[in-house]
Amino acid sequence: MTTDRSQPTAPVPDPEDHVETHRPDHDRTAAQPEDAFGAPAAVRATGVSKTFGSRRSQVTALSEVDLTVAAGEFVALIGPSGCGKSTLMRLVADLEAPSSGSLEVFGKPAARARADQDYGIAFQQAGLLPWRTVAANIALPLELHRAPRAERRQRVAELVELVGLGDFAKSRPDQLSGGMQQRVAIARSLAERPRLLLMDEPFGALDEMTRERMQAELARISLETGAAVVFVTHSIPEAVFLADRVVVMSARPGRITDEIVTGIGRDVVRDEHLREDPAFFSKVTEVREALHAGPVSASGAHER
Amino acid sequence: MTTTRTRPSPGRPATASPAATERIGRVVAPVVVGVIGLAVWQFLVSVVEVSPYLLPGPQEIGSELNDNFAAVREAFWITGTNAAIGLVFGTVVGIVLAGLAAWARVVDGMLAFVVASLAVVPIVALAPVLNSMYGADSEYGRRAIAAIAAFVPVYVNTVRGLRQTTPQHRDLMHSYSASGWQTFSSLTLPSAAPHVITGIRVASSLAVISALVAEYFGGPRGGLGSFISTSAATSAYALAWAYVVAAIVLGLVAYVVTVLIERLVQWRLPTGGRS
Repeated sequence: MTTDRSQPTAPVPDPEDHVETHRPDHDRTAAQPEDAFGAPAAVRATGVSKTFGSRRSQVTALSEVDLTVAAGEFVALIGPSGCGKSTLMRLVADLEAPSSGSLEVFGKPAARARADQDYGIAFQQAGLLPWRTVAANIALPLELHRAPRAERRQRVAELVELVGLGDFAKSRPDQLSGGMQQRVAIARSLAERPRLLLMDEPFGALDEMTRERMQAELARISLETGAAVVFVTHSIPEAVFLADRVVVMSARPGRITDEIVTGIGRDVVRDEHLREDPAFFSKVTEVREALHAGPVSASGAHER
Repeated sequence: MTTTRTRPSPGRPATASPAATERIGRVVAPVVVGVIGLAVWQFLVSVVEVSPYLLPGPQEIGSELNDNFAAVREAFWITGTNAAIGLVFGTVVGIVLAGLAAWARVVDGMLAFVVASLAVVPIVALAPVLNSMYGADSEYGRRAIAAIAAFVPVYVNTVRGLRQTTPQHRDLMHSYSASGWQTFSSLTLPSAAPHVITGIRVASSLAVISALVAEYFGGPRGGLGSFISTSAATSAYALAWAYVVAAIVLGLVAYVVTVLIERLVQWRLPTGGRS
């Protein structure tokens, strides 16, 4: 750990005391207590590094990252391009393997968590299968895991309502706007009631107005499902608006330079009033300063 | 945000709406062209008196077709069967080998040269060799030629189709811990389907043409191609033309069959207009 600016990173105390220790989901893993609340952290990364490329030309995407995401916590990863925030998310999803360090998802290795379908994932592109209807796209993970037809149908109906696409269940992706497609992708990521949602700039390709509406919907959905969220974004207001904690990263090598607890409770309604709140602005400023300060302090710390 | 689609209100009486006119036009136009063409042809033969040696009239061809209907039908079946067997065999082999090539790059490398060679090999050269190889009374040579002709477009298009999955879709299937078979059946195969269909459509007409042309170069007597050449050789031009008419019908049948296959696949697996 070379980042002297960051507050103690290892077991970060949960910013809110509302962690749902009572959720039945957590009981089966409660045997291995990981934090003060007895439930294992959704994500626990310790000294995680990732290098890409051959021996001759290595690129360090992530260097010695420590990050803990509590169950039910909403964490935004923010940073410039190439800071490894997407890589970190892909490591958690077990789409890549870390080069060194340890990574646990709900107290298990990431590969086990993927096999157990502990997380749902959404990307910048909706990535819907164009030959399937909206309903069939949402049902895809359920089909792959052989959920009974009746259960599948019921769950899809719930999700279609949850993301406000009740009238479009039988539409095809190319009949929908970008925002609607992204909602389908979010519904698909929620299909198996994951306790962890991984989102890689899901609103990055949307226009500003659609984006703000989608943010409000995601805040509502994450509150309703109680899932932990790791949310990768480029947008400072988006990070502050949604997250309990904003993790600031910097590039070359990708690492965490700062963490800012937004102090906006889960129970606070994410709406236009929040966007105009002075406290919101001050957190946005704080994150912006942390982002801009990152590389400066880092280059000071990394004199070679 | 909303998908707007203008649609004429159903209650309105269809007094020659543009859509209806267009639909009638689509049927009537080719019929008119055909009738005019036949009329001009008949005019040239009956009034201008072009020698029947040069150009038999449609009426004469029609009566030849009528008189020799049983023979033409039999020839039609022989060539049609050869083309169909060749098409099915070439398609199956093409899809299987394309699957192997998409699965392992090594296979693709091994097959690339063979496929490129098959794509350029002339039927004219291959037909006599295969006909003598299988013997003068065997249809296998002709079927093999149709299969080779059908194989190439199916293989090339299927290989391309099987590579249409995006990295994001593969990540998604990986995140679902989908098995290899699940990924293939719910992602790779549906992405490839439109390309496979395109390959089959090209292959169907190639199989018919190849089966027909192969009959020019030996093998058993029978089939449209061999009767076209023997009729022409014995100066029975009207009869030769009657067989040509049957060959055209055969080509159209092959085309319609592939369109039906395409419809069937689209119905089972609608692509949503992306490809």
